[in-house]
Parts: sequence; C-alpha cells; structure tokens
Amino acid sequence: MGEEVKVFRTWSSPFALRVVWALDLKGIKYETIYEDLSNKSPLLLQYNPIHKKVPVLLHNSKPIAESLVILEYIEDTWKHRPLLPQDPHQRANARFWIKFGEDKVFPAVRDSLLKQGKEQEEAHEAALESFKLLEEELKGKKLFGGEEIGMVDIALGWLANLVSVLEEVLVLKFIDEHKFPLLSAWMRLFADIPVIKQSWPPRDKLVTKYIAIREARLATN
Amino acid sequence: MADEVILLDSWASMFGMRVRVALAEKGVNYEYKEQDLKNKSPLLLQMNPIHKKIPVLIHNGKPIFESLIIVQYIDEVWHDKAPLFPSDPYQRAQARFWADYVDKKFNVSTRKVWTTKGEEQEAGKKEFIEVLKVLEGELGDKPYFGGQSFGFVDVSLITFSSWFRVYETFGNLSIEKECPKLIAWVKRCKEKESLSKSLADENKVLELVRKNLGME
Repeated sequence: MGEEVKVFRTWSSPFALRVVWALDLKGIKYETIYEDLSNKSPLLLQYNPIHKKVPVLLHNSKPIAESLVILEYIEDTWKHRPLLPQDPHQRANARFWIKFGEDKVFPAVRDSLLKQGKEQEEAHEAALESFKLLEEELKGKKLFGGEEIGMVDIALGWLANLVSVLEEVLVLKFIDEHKFPLLSAWMRLFADIPVIKQSWPPRDKLVTKYIAIREARLATN
Repeated sequence: MADEVILLDSWASMFGMRVRVALAEKGVNYEYKEQDLKNKSPLLLQMNPIHKKIPVLIHNGKPIFESLIIVQYIDEVWHDKAPLFPSDPYQRAQARFWADYVDKKFNVSTRKVWTTKGEEQEAGKKEFIEVLKVLEGELGDKPYFGGQSFGFVDVSLITFSSWFRVYETFGNLSIEKECPKLIAWVKRCKEKESLSKSLADENKVLELVRKNLGME
C-alpha cells in the first residue's frame, strides 16, 4: 500500500524534531515540507487551523497536530520498534515524564531565555530543580526508555540539542557534569545515536537564532 | 485476584472528577479518600512526592498521577468495558488533540473569568466564550465528542460543568445563551448514571468558592 507521509516543520523547531526522530527510528519514509513561520503556507493553516503551528504530520491526507499527539499516533499506527512499554503502569509512568518535560522543564528553560533579572533567576532555579528530578529518574538506566530510546527520550531530546546552545547564548550553566552526571551522560548518549545525530540542526545557525531572540527580548524592555 | 483501587481526590476538583467518571464508566469498585489540600496527608505526599497533587490513583499499591494519564491507564487496564478511545489511530489522535485543547486552552481560559476583575476579566470572558465556541464547533451534531458513544474528550470536558455556575456567577454570563449545543451535551451526559454519581453538585461548588473567597 502506498502510504503518503508528510512532515510540516521548520529547520529549527525542537518539537518537529520529535516527529522526525520517531519516524526515522521506525524507518518510515516521509516527505519534508519546511515552513516559514512569518509567512505560513495555506496548507499549514488548513491542516492546523486551531494552533497554526508546526509540526503537522500528514498521513494519507489526514493531518495530525501537536508533537506529543503525533508521537502517540505514530506509535499507534506503526507498531514495530515500540516507543512505549507494553505494561499499562510503565506506560503511565512514561506519559508522566513526558508531561513533566512539557509542563515543568521546557517552560523553565524557555523563560530563562526570554526573561530578565529576577524572573530569569527564578526560571533558571526552576530549571535546575526540574533537572534534579530527571537525574533521579535516570538512576539505573542509560536512557529514559531503558536500554533503547523510548518516547520519553524523544520528548526530552531537545535538551540534548539546545542546552549547550542556550548555555553559550546566555552565559548560564544549566546541566553541570558534576551536579547532573546521569543527565549529562544521557545527553551525550542520545546525541550520538545515528538517527538523532543525522538530524541535528546546524549548531552555529541555532546559536545565531537564539542570540537574536535574546537580543530582541532585551530590546523590548 | 481482587484488585485494590484507591483514589486520592478532592470532591470539587474537576480533575479528580475525570477519574471518578472513568472508574464509574468501567464499573470499577474503588475506595475514595477525600484529601484536605491545605493539610496534605502523609499518604498523598508519599504517593505523589513530585507534585503533591490530586488526583492520585493507587492500583494494587502502585500510584498513577495526572488526571488524563490516569484516565488512559484506566481505559487500558479495564479495556473490556466502555472503551473511552476509538480503535482507529487517526480518531484516537483527534481525541488526544481535543483533550489536550481542553487542558491547554479551555482550563486556562476559565481562570480569568472568575479570579479577575475589570478589563482583565472582560478579556478573559471573551477568550472563554471563544474557546467554548470552538469546542461546540468540534462537537457539531454528534451526541458526544466521541461520536455515538461517550469518550475521552467527553471525560476531559464534562467535569468542568460542575464549575459552570461559578463561571456564570462571577463572570456574569450565560453559557447556555452562548453555546446552547454544549449545554444540551452536558444534559445528555448527565443522563448517564456514571456521570450523575461522579460529578460534584454545581451549587455546592459555588458555595465552596464563595466560602473560600470569604464571601459568606
């Protein structure tokens, strides 16, 4: 059966990368469509009218939006090389950590980039607190998924890419090797997996991009 | 083997209610333990040390947290009865998308309606109505968000109906006037026994909010 799979993304979106990784890990062939978010295509607006964002997965003409929803869809549709455990309690645990990443880790890191002064300090503190919990969760494991990458690794994988970029841009330490040995080791291991390594956006472009975002924020205040 | 199912919850919580609804739909017997959130019990703190929040489902000694994660867990474990998800992956994705919308957009929009005043409240009310209309649009002419049968999105949203009187009273608005189809859906859901016994009484919730705000 000819399957049509398309991924709408930007070159840098960490959320879109999750979809790319999941499809690549499962060996699914797809077409990539790069969006310019300052000039969104009619197709993107048609496929994701509610949020108007990337990523969007198009499978046999049906669109799915929201990266974590897309990950579950990919898991439901292509059942080989599972990204979630079979046991319901372990699945619930995986989903808990994915949600923790979205609700706690990501906003704290994002606000460290976007805020200043006391607000930035608080965001940075919150980020460090969240890393402590991730460090605990990694005890006895190489990857969040155990021996192999799972959905939690994919959901948190943006850390392995962006933390060092933001540390450079903000001149602020997030994941110190000595404070977070397991998390540091996880980032290195994750980043080195061939499927992951091959899709990292160019680092210099990312540094330039985030410097620009930071400067724009500072200028508006 | 007898299952031991315990729910740590707080009677007025729309998140805790989601779990009650799911358990009732599946006909699961469980022990309900009301939690005092101002004076958290050792059990709650031990079971959910990270967030220290309700609801927490404890199944044969193992805790599960986050209401929608718990609902998915319940659906997976007690899969023989009243499935909350369709079997088609695309429809499952749609259900996840809309439940996420309820959490990300709708839940957030309710706050400003009853906790703010003046311009901020007016803006909050406008957003709240807009979001409700989007949800009403998604419901369309279906009896439930899940289609012919009550499903995951219905569970995620219906529990907020216990708080409608709070939003209407403090926001000075009528949800029925703005979204009649949505209110019709609420009434339809409440005809189900699983819901009528799981949802907190709207008037009692309003009373609680007034009491907490020192308005008695």
